[in-house]
Formats: sequence, C-alpha cells, structure tokens
Amino acid sequence: MYQLRGVTKQYRRGKDTIDALAGVDLTIGDGDRLVIQGPTGGGKSTLLQMLGGLDRPTSGSVELDGVDLARLPEARLTKVRAESIGFVFQSFNLIPTLTAQENVETALVPLGLKGPDRRERAADALTSVGLGERRGHLPAELSGGQQQRVAIARALVKKPKVLLADEPTGNLDESMRDEIMEVLAAQWKEHGLTFIMVTHDSSIARKAPRLATIRKGTIKVTENDKAA
Amino acid sequence: MFFTYLRRELRRRRKAALVVASGLALGIALVIVVNSVSSGMGRAQDKVLQSLYGLGTDMTVTKAAEAPKAGATPGQRFKFGAKSGSDKQQSSDRVMVQGFQTLADSTVDKVGRQKGVAAAVGGLSLRVIKVDGQFKPGQFKQFKQTQGGETFHRGGAGGTADGGPQGKVEGGGADFNVDSYSVFGTDVTQRNLGPLTSSKITEGRTFKTSETNAEVAVADSAYAKEKKLSVGDKVTIKGTKYRIIGIATADSGDAAANLYLPLKQAQTLADAKADVTTVYVKATDSQQIGAVKSTIQKNISGTTVTTSADLASTVSGSLSTASDLAAGVGKWLSIVVLAAAFLVAGLLTSSAVSRRVREFGTLKAVGWTSGRVTRQVVGEAVVSGLLGGVLGIAVGLAGAWAVTAVSPTLTAQLGGGTGGGGGGGGFGGPMRRAVSQKSLDVALSAPVSLSTIALAVGLAVAGGLIAGAFGGWRASRLRPADALRRVE
Repeated sequence: MYQLRGVTKQYRRGKDTIDALAGVDLTIGDGDRLVIQGPTGGGKSTLLQMLGGLDRPTSGSVELDGVDLARLPEARLTKVRAESIGFVFQSFNLIPTLTAQENVETALVPLGLKGPDRRERAADALTSVGLGERRGHLPAELSGGQQQRVAIARALVKKPKVLLADEPTGNLDESMRDEIMEVLAAQWKEHGLTFIMVTHDSSIARKAPRLATIRKGTIKVTENDKAA
Repeated sequence: MFFTYLRRELRRRRKAALVVASGLALGIALVIVVNSVSSGMGRAQDKVLQSLYGLGTDMTVTKAAEAPKAGATPGQRFKFGAKSGSDKQQSSDRVMVQGFQTLADSTVDKVGRQKGVAAAVGGLSLRVIKVDGQFKPGQFKQFKQTQGGETFHRGGAGGTADGGPQGKVEGGGADFNVDSYSVFGTDVTQRNLGPLTSSKITEGRTFKTSETNAEVAVADSAYAKEKKLSVGDKVTIKGTKYRIIGIATADSGDAAANLYLPLKQAQTLADAKADVTTVYVKATDSQQIGAVKSTIQKNISGTTVTTSADLASTVSGSLSTASDLAAGVGKWLSIVVLAAAFLVAGLLTSSAVSRRVREFGTLKAVGWTSGRVTRQVVGEAVVSGLLGGVLGIAVGLAGAWAVTAVSPTLTAQLGGGTGGGGGGGGFGGPMRRAVSQKSLDVALSAPVSLSTIALAVGLAVAGGLIAGAFGGWRASRLRPADALRRVE
C-alpha cells in the first residue's frame, strides 16, 4: 500500500530551516493498523500529512499503491484524497453551519453522487457510528464524542482505502476516548482498511500492532505481537 | 449542498453579509436615482423643446429676420378717427409676422422632397396688436370779448394773424387698451407635426382636415382663461370673427401661441399669402438627423436648420444647472460610492475567508477541489451582491419616487445662455433669437427605466463577483496542510 523512501520535509521559519522529517523510510501494508507516537514537534502530523497527500515532501517519494503522491498534479492528488483517503482530526473540523448529515455528505460531494444517493449513504454512515437519530443536529448541539463520531462517519462514508487520524481522542475525556477508539477499531475491522493514527496517548499506543515513534524527524517502527 | 451551505453561511455571517449588501445597495441606489433624475432632466428638456417644436419634430427650417433698414418706418401705425362729441368704441388690429422672414410655402414641398425627410409642414407665426377704446377730440373754446356792447369771438391767445377767432382747446383724450397676442397658422391637413401637437385638446375639438380656410380657432387654455374665452365664443382679428372650436392645454410650460388658426386664414390676416415662417421637419431616421440637416442646408440656401439638439444646448437656468449636477457630481459620486462598496465587499469577503481557513482546509482535505471551494465563496459573495442589488433597487426606486412625488420645479431659459456674449456665430441663429426670451417652468420627475434596473442588477452581480474574486482567489491559494496547520 504505502511505500515511503527518503522522505524529508523542511520548513523555513525566518532565517532558520527546520527539518520536520529527515529521511523517513516506511512501508505500510494493506489493512495495517499503525500508531505513530512521539514528542510534540517531532514530525508526527507532518508525516500524516504526507501520507494523506495534504502536503508534499521536500525530497523523497510517498507511494500509495505505486503512485507517487509527491509528484502527482494537484487535481489528481485531490482526486486521490476524495476517493481513497479518509481523515479524522483532533478538533473534529466539522462545518458549524451544516447538520451532522450534511457534514458527512460533504465527503460525497467530490464523488459526484446525486442528492438522494448521498443522503442515503450519509445516513447509513451515521447509523454505523451510532448517530442515526442525531442526523439533523448541528455540531454545536452535539457532545465532543458525538462530533468526533460524525467526523469518523464523514471519513468512512466514501469507503476509503486508508483512514488517517490525527490525535482523534486528543480533545476528549477518558470515557469518550474509549468510546471513539472502539468505534474506530470496529470500523477498521469491518471495512478492512489501512488505519494510521497519530496519538500522544500511550495506553492507545500500547494496543497497536505496529508502533512508529518519531523523534526529530526520524522514525523507528516496532512490532507489537501482544496487541489486541 | 451548494445552496444549503451557501444559505447557512450567509445566515451565520448575516452582519458581514448585511454590511456588504448595504454598501452595494447604497451605490446601486445612487446609480438608480442619478440615472432616473438624469432621465427626468432629459424628459424635462424634451418637454421644453416640445413646447417650441411640438411632438415628433426633429428640426425646423427658418429664415432669419432681416435687420430694419435705415430710414424704414419703425413698427406699425394705428389710425383712429376722432369725431367731435363721439363716445364710440374704436378698434384697430395690426398683424405682423413674428420672429422670422417668411419663406415661400413652396419651400415646404422642397424640404419634404429632401432625402431622409419623412414629413414637412409649414406654419406661420404672427403677432397681433389690438388697440381699442375711445378717442375724443378736444373742444375749442373761443375767448369772449365785449366791445361797445358787441361780443367778439377770438381764437388763440392773441388772435390769429388774419384776425380770426381766438380761444383754446379744452378736454379731449383717449381711453384705450393695447392687447398683444400670438397667433399661429397651422396646416390643418397635417396635424401630426407642428407646435399644436405639444398641446392636448381639453375642450371642444381640434381642426378638421377640411377646415383649411375656415374661420375657426383653437385657443390656448391659459389665454382662454385670461380672456374668459370658451368653446363657441368668437374672437375678432382684423375684422374677421373666428369661432373658438377647441381649447388646447400645453403639455408643459407655455404654449407656442395664444390662438391657432388654419394656415390660410393666418396668411390672409398677415397679407402673407403663400408664405410660412417655419417648416417643421420629421426625419425618417432619428439617428440621421445630422445628415438630413446638412442636406437641407446644402439644397435650400438662405435657410437655417435647427435641430432639437441645437436647441437643447441653449437651455440654461436651474434645469441646466441640475442637469449638469446630475451628469457631473451625481455620476462621479455614484462611481466613487460604487468603487468603495466593491472594495469593502472584496475586503470583507477576503477577511471572511481568512476566518474560515480551517473549514476550507478540511473541505480540501476531504477532496473538494479549489474550484469548488472558490465557487462556494463566489456564490456567497454574489448572493450578498444580489441582496444588495434588491435593497439598492428598492431604495433607488423609493428615491426616484420621492423625487417624482416632490416634483421640484426647474426653470429652463431657452436660447439666452448663461455665458452672455451675444452668442455670435452659434447655430440656429434665428431660432435662437426667436426663443431668446423664452423661460419655462417644468416639474422634474425621475422615471426609472428597465435599462436602469438592468444596470442595477448588473452592478449587483459585478459587485458580488468582484467581492467573490477577492475571497475566491484567497481560498483557491489555500493549501490544505497550511490551512490545517495554522489552527493547530
């Protein structure tokens, strides 16, 4: 699925150059569940953005199913994001003026689905995360956990190959965290997708079958045979 | 999704949307008011010109009045017999051609045959001065002298040289009115052209085409009121009694004449048989008036051709000032306000995009193209613009309605000009002189045309597109990673 070779990413901050990623090599197979951990500023989110085609590396290649995302024209990269990659963000990133149902539908708009089709699929996605009854609610009318479930439904409604989650439980309390992790685990199993998650939470990291630790832009991957 | 998202966003940012819409509304309202007032000015000028020309007249052909020759008798003489002891009313009319030299009425046919002329009608403009009253001679009183028991009559103070009677003239005098009014001889066979077309028959009827030489007249309503004339009454001019068959009310300002007579009657009164003072011309194509004017001037020498446009440029007074204001200050004010409104709308939209960086970053992350995001932003801006357009059209219509309701009166002075200087070498010499003293009051209206509304809608859409271009450009340049990173 993913093949990263010599990926570097440099940012300029004034006169200084910051190496967010310093030659990352990484292979992620179909259906893998990878947790990325590391200190703040270590390059976790940058790596996730490279994987999601949200940003391009300074050098190196990021291949998804043999296609180098780093060299893909913007229009095709957008298409890849629309069809193959689902995102879940720490702060949910729901559109405040749209209902839960409409927020989920935003992920189907680029696929060109007709209104009734779109509505049906969005409703199903919300039902699958346990929010079938709250479709008409605005984000402000939902709890943090419910909002994140809407975000998960939005990420999964298009049936992506990859689900990328950037600290999805970072803004939630402990009970909500477990609830969301259960939802994510269930969806991963059900859809057989590749699931890559960035987290600070060690209790979550411990349960991951593969753990990638990023420090100062370099990555170290460990396998966890005892993972659930 | 597009419209749902658009509607909800506008509702969420209704204050900003209202500011954008209000700015555009102000500009658009100004454009409508300025446009409609300008249009009203145009109509007012047209009315002023119509009061001279009549409806449908594109130009007139005249011949300048000649300056009086040295030694010529100035004016007209009135002769009244003063009979001893008579209290009898005496009356005398003098009928003069007014303003221009006469043209042979064959000129009318000649003008009518010129290329580009749809119709040509002749008219004769006259002024009648009527003097009537009593003229009593003085009584000669002879001095009485008694000499030796005999009474002698003596004339004059010291007697005449031949020794005739002496005395003095006592009493006598005159009690008379002088009435001056204008008469226009109109071609009753062609009633669609000429000064009478600028009046409506409000009582009685107009001339019949058969009344080419009938002793009938149409009186202007203001003159009829002043002289207490009504349909069926008779007015006497130079001994001929004319029956009033209709009362005509001028559409605006003064009428072209106090009385209208059939052309032949007017020619007879003025001893100007087969003469006219003015030929009224209608062109086949209103866009070709200049060319027709040149043709007539070239082919019929010694005449002056005056078009509506020539005459319009001689309009001065408050109408001209207001017209200049509308065209100058009004136009520039509208442009400045519109430009400011466009700029504010653009900046507010751009600022709104800055506040929605995470939202647009997220949408791009889930697969929305830059084009789709831009369309959303532009769509919101265009709807704000249209809202401003609707608001602006409403305010503009109200403004135009208010101007029409108040109907401020403007004075138009024709021909004199404000610059003074006698206007040597200008166009339309005779006509200009003829109307030099003409001053008319016209009520200003502000008609809103469909093209003005279309312009307003166009401006609203343009305002929205400009604002959308500001915001859309910003949104399109947003890279999803940067957008998401910025809020972390």
